[in-house]
Amino acid sequence: MSARRSPLPCALLVAVLAAPAAFGQGSTVDEIAKYRAALQDGNPAELWEARGESLWKTPRGPKNVSLEKCDLGRGPGVVKGAYAELPRYFADGGRVMDLETRLVYCMVTLQGYTEADAKKNPFGAGNERKSDMEALVAYVTSESRGVTMNVALNTPQEQEAYRLGEKIFYFRGGTHDFACATCHSGDDKRIRLQDLPNLAGADGARKAYTTWPAYRVSQGELRSFQWRLNDCFRQQRFPELVFTSDASIALTMFLAHNANGAPFDAPAIKR
Amino acid sequence: MRHANTIAAVAVAIGLAGVVVGCVTTPSDAETSAKAAAVLKASFKPRGQAGLDRLDQDETQKLCSEYAGKPLPKDVAAGIEKANLATIRWPADGKLMGDWKAGEKIAQEGRGMQYSDDPKLPAGANCYACHQLSPRELSFGTIGPSLYQFGKTRGYTDETRKYVYGKVFNAEGYSACTNMPRFGYKGILTEQQIRDVVALLMDPDSPVNK
Repeated sequence: MSARRSPLPCALLVAVLAAPAAFGQGSTVDEIAKYRAALQDGNPAELWEARGESLWKTPRGPKNVSLEKCDLGRGPGVVKGAYAELPRYFADGGRVMDLETRLVYCMVTLQGYTEADAKKNPFGAGNERKSDMEALVAYVTSESRGVTMNVALNTPQEQEAYRLGEKIFYFRGGTHDFACATCHSGDDKRIRLQDLPNLAGADGARKAYTTWPAYRVSQGELRSFQWRLNDCFRQQRFPELVFTSDASIALTMFLAHNANGAPFDAPAIKR
Repeated sequence: MRHANTIAAVAVAIGLAGVVVGCVTTPSDAETSAKAAAVLKASFKPRGQAGLDRLDQDETQKLCSEYAGKPLPKDVAAGIEKANLATIRWPADGKLMGDWKAGEKIAQEGRGMQYSDDPKLPAGANCYACHQLSPRELSFGTIGPSLYQFGKTRGYTDETRKYVYGKVFNAEGYSACTNMPRFGYKGILTEQQIRDVVALLMDPDSPVNK
């Protein structure tokens, strides 16, 4: 008898107890979830992917050759599944490289661009300025959609990059003493209403890393992982992260390796 | 000046303690930390108000980075708290409470200290990013505890007002390796701004206490 009666009073009690802490939260979060679901219907990232594919296949640069001979780690010209294994150590460049760093390397060695030219427009600015780099990133990453993340730590260089990335993740500095870990090492935390992935553990890294790059609705731009790190450090009150810098590659290695085992699912779409 | 000397002396003591503690961990871990700091320095460029000096860690930052994700030894925690507590500058006139309405604006404001921010404008504290405060604001974060009814539940006492002022000025003095920024010590907020934030939490008329 009491079992039949209990649900309603119990629900009311929960509502009363939760009221001061979570008044209105449920409906707000629900609405955001609906908004996000609606966004999945059509992802403008496809426009960047198509432009990137065209850039990849078109002869360009001082040497007027395409990027189709670029070795992203699985052999010259193999794009399929390449991103799910990056970053990795490349013996030809003598360095651990993430995708953007490797694209710069190929633009310099194959197409004859100067390094400065290859790096000069890493992030687009909406309709004002498109970034070829972000388009190339969109194309290459789209060719790993559904591929299981498998970033190896086979070489001493890869192992060192991972260890450095971990240290950088926990490095506190700046005016606010913030580290990546300040916001990204707890479960089920939010900034304002924005959910924060726990990147210190595999579950959170898998969920978060596999959904970048992403088309950001609020910016009308396709954003690469280099951009994601760059903008995190801005909010961390650090100076500006240099595009394809060693710290950016090490941190990417830490997060990408932690995401191993999860199917890659990007370019995604985000608020 | 005297505060600077005090923190330097205590920081040296903590640093030595850190070296002793460091002996039990592998040397390569310390080497990796040193290399990571050097890699960071080479991987950033100054922009706007954010210079490369922001990557120079003080002892508190260094120790809290080192022990992140690991248990913080009690003596290290005590050293950090002692050094930071000594930095707190209490208002000369003894007045710890300002205007809660100004405090609410400071708690809402997220601008400040980013290279994309205008350094001529006052920085906010962005309390709502991590804490629930006034029940009218539904968009609050959960990295820090809820501060709803802070004064009402703890009592509107001088002791609690002093605690709040000190905690906002330098939270590391109360809870070593907390996520909370050191708003006064790091010059993010002015004395008056801290008073206003104290009022937001401690004024019986503040919506936080309704």
